[in-house]
Amino acid sequence: MKMLKSTLAVLTAATVLGVSSFAQAGATLDAIQKKGFVQCGVSDGLPGFSVPDASGKIVGIDADVCRAVAAAVFGDATKVKFSQLNAKERFTALQSGEIDILSRNTTWTSSRDAGMGMVFAGVTYYDGIGFLVNNKLGVKSAKELDGATICIQAGTTTELNVSDYFRGNGLKYTPITFDTSDESAKSLEGGRCDVLTSDKSQLFAQRSKLAAPNDYIVLPETISKEPLGPVVRRGDEDWLAIVKWTLFAQLNAEEAGVTSKNVEAEAKSTKNPDVARLLGADGEYGKDLKLPKDWVVQIVKQVGNYGEMFERNLGANTPLKIDRGQNALWNAGGIQYAPPVR
Amino acid sequence: MQNQIGAPKQGLSLTDPRVRAWLFQIITIVAVVGMGWFLFNNTQTNLQHRGITSGFDFLERSAGFGIAQHLIDYTESDSYARVFLIGLLNTLLVSIIGIILATLLGFVIGVARLSPNFMINKLATVYIEVFRNIPPLLQILFWYFAVFLTLPGPRAAHGFMDSFYVSSRGLNMPAALAAPGFWPFVISVILAIVGIVLMSKWATKRFEATGEPFHKFWVGLAILIVVPALCSLIFGAPVHWEKPELKGFNFVGGWVLIPELLALTLALTVYTAAFIAEIVRSGIKSVSHGQTEAAHSLGLRNGPTLRKVIIPQALRVIIPPLTSQYLNLAKNSSLAAGIGYPEMVSLFAGTVLNQTGQAIEVIAITMSVYLAISISISLLMNWYNKRIALIER
Repeated sequence: MKMLKSTLAVLTAATVLGVSSFAQAGATLDAIQKKGFVQCGVSDGLPGFSVPDASGKIVGIDADVCRAVAAAVFGDATKVKFSQLNAKERFTALQSGEIDILSRNTTWTSSRDAGMGMVFAGVTYYDGIGFLVNNKLGVKSAKELDGATICIQAGTTTELNVSDYFRGNGLKYTPITFDTSDESAKSLEGGRCDVLTSDKSQLFAQRSKLAAPNDYIVLPETISKEPLGPVVRRGDEDWLAIVKWTLFAQLNAEEAGVTSKNVEAEAKSTKNPDVARLLGADGEYGKDLKLPKDWVVQIVKQVGNYGEMFERNLGANTPLKIDRGQNALWNAGGIQYAPPVR
Repeated sequence: MQNQIGAPKQGLSLTDPRVRAWLFQIITIVAVVGMGWFLFNNTQTNLQHRGITSGFDFLERSAGFGIAQHLIDYTESDSYARVFLIGLLNTLLVSIIGIILATLLGFVIGVARLSPNFMINKLATVYIEVFRNIPPLLQILFWYFAVFLTLPGPRAAHGFMDSFYVSSRGLNMPAALAAPGFWPFVISVILAIVGIVLMSKWATKRFEATGEPFHKFWVGLAILIVVPALCSLIFGAPVHWEKPELKGFNFVGGWVLIPELLALTLALTVYTAAFIAEIVRSGIKSVSHGQTEAAHSLGLRNGPTLRKVIIPQALRVIIPPLTSQYLNLAKNSSLAAGIGYPEMVSLFAGTVLNQTGQAIEVIAITMSVYLAISISISLLMNWYNKRIALIER
């Protein structure tokens, strides 16, 4: 089934590239307004990032990024349709025009940004690769993993970075690669591999899905930089700007203390010129982006600012319990920083 | 049109069926070539416009990721072209082992299905009905997740004679490494084979001249065992064995058959053998009982009757559908993507495609490979089929 799906995706991509015409600046936004929704590519099930809840609604920070874009474009965060993609399918789905945004815990790298017909719009989550191992092995550090068998998800930067790390430290390993994170997790439980490796956020998410989560620990090392963010097709700067500034707007809102609860009041009565510009009370900054005047109000009201989005999906009250760390705002010890709206 | 009016008899006329036939063929060729050119050209333009790199330069770039099973030497700094070769070899490995085992198992089950013994007969029927009616992907997942991954880990592996270990990491066994007696051994095997060929030619000639049979098989076997054995006695053992040892996380040294390979081979063998069994049964059934009676009345015993009369005729019915089964097996090996066996589809059309983003090139290469494998099997089997075909006079 998976096979068939990915083959189909690739064939569709080939066909679409073969017969379609060019993408142009503004074309994506026009097409989205005509069809009435944003088509958003998310993962095939990663708690905290994009996973179906009990009612079948996709929840997670990656899904919320798309909802925020829909709120900005339509003033309605529900006008999103999701495509669940595995790591191998994701880029062809975007290249072929099957989806408008790829928001699927995807690492920003130069080759993906420049050579594959797509552009990264920002960073929703600063991540790094870590290792999940069974307590029984008694391993305390990644340096002790010489000779280990490692489960990896196919087609990810993890495959490359793990190889770099082991080569760099003169360690040996055997990689076993699977199409989906569920298969890798099953193989870790079955003892096929000693270690499951992935972005750290995913490790916490996958551990929460194991039968006996407490038998496994995440090793302290982080061996790579994995900035995760939304991706759009190359060649449509207008659409790129919308996705990019939606994320910036959420960060700016958090920085200015604008939340989903106080955003409407702030929009009417703020004295702060920064907030007035951000919320459209002053100036026509939405128009430059071809968006309605109240775009930020809609984003924050319906999806929340960046901090709210983070806490709802990944924070202390979720099973993942990830703290902000690097993902705190720049003025709170993190590296999340957005250029100003003006 | 003017031709038609001007010179209806001698010139080109649309009423002439030969002209029409040519015309239609030319139109078809122009349409097909035109369509192909349009698709190619449009794809190129679109790829360029969207800033997607195209072309085959990526094959020379360094891959940078590890591979679980490689039959040839591989390090992470090797090129994508070498990754392609590894994927191809892994696909061929599964296909060839699978075809051999499925054929053997299929013949046994097929003959068992015809057995007059109630138990054997019914067991074979149950086998066929069960395994050919479950989709192959499910069988692969079953063998992998339900059988191999439920085996104990390497530290609690089942061991036999301190040399063979079965665990969730696969089957570890001693590796045969070349010893001083290796080359003399190889030479002696070659000599033995040459001897067998000469002996067989001589025996056939004598049989045709005098009618006296000769035990070609047994004498051949004797030569094949005695000559290399003598050689090993003189020059020393051809190989020495390196036993696997538990070190750290895993077994070190020796050879290992990874569980992905085992699960895939087993599943494909068991699945395809069910079909082959039915083909074998239908082949044998297609030879009329009169043939057996005729052979018996000529004084042939049961063995020679089967070998010289029934099977040669049954093979003519068996080979063509058998070819299709071989093709199916080779193609089904691509289902390995589900369990992470690094073959063509999961390694090349999976990881490499994703790392380079060059979907069209990678998929085109992969499709050509399967086409080439399938056509090779077909050609080989067609050649064999022609060789064993009944020569009608």
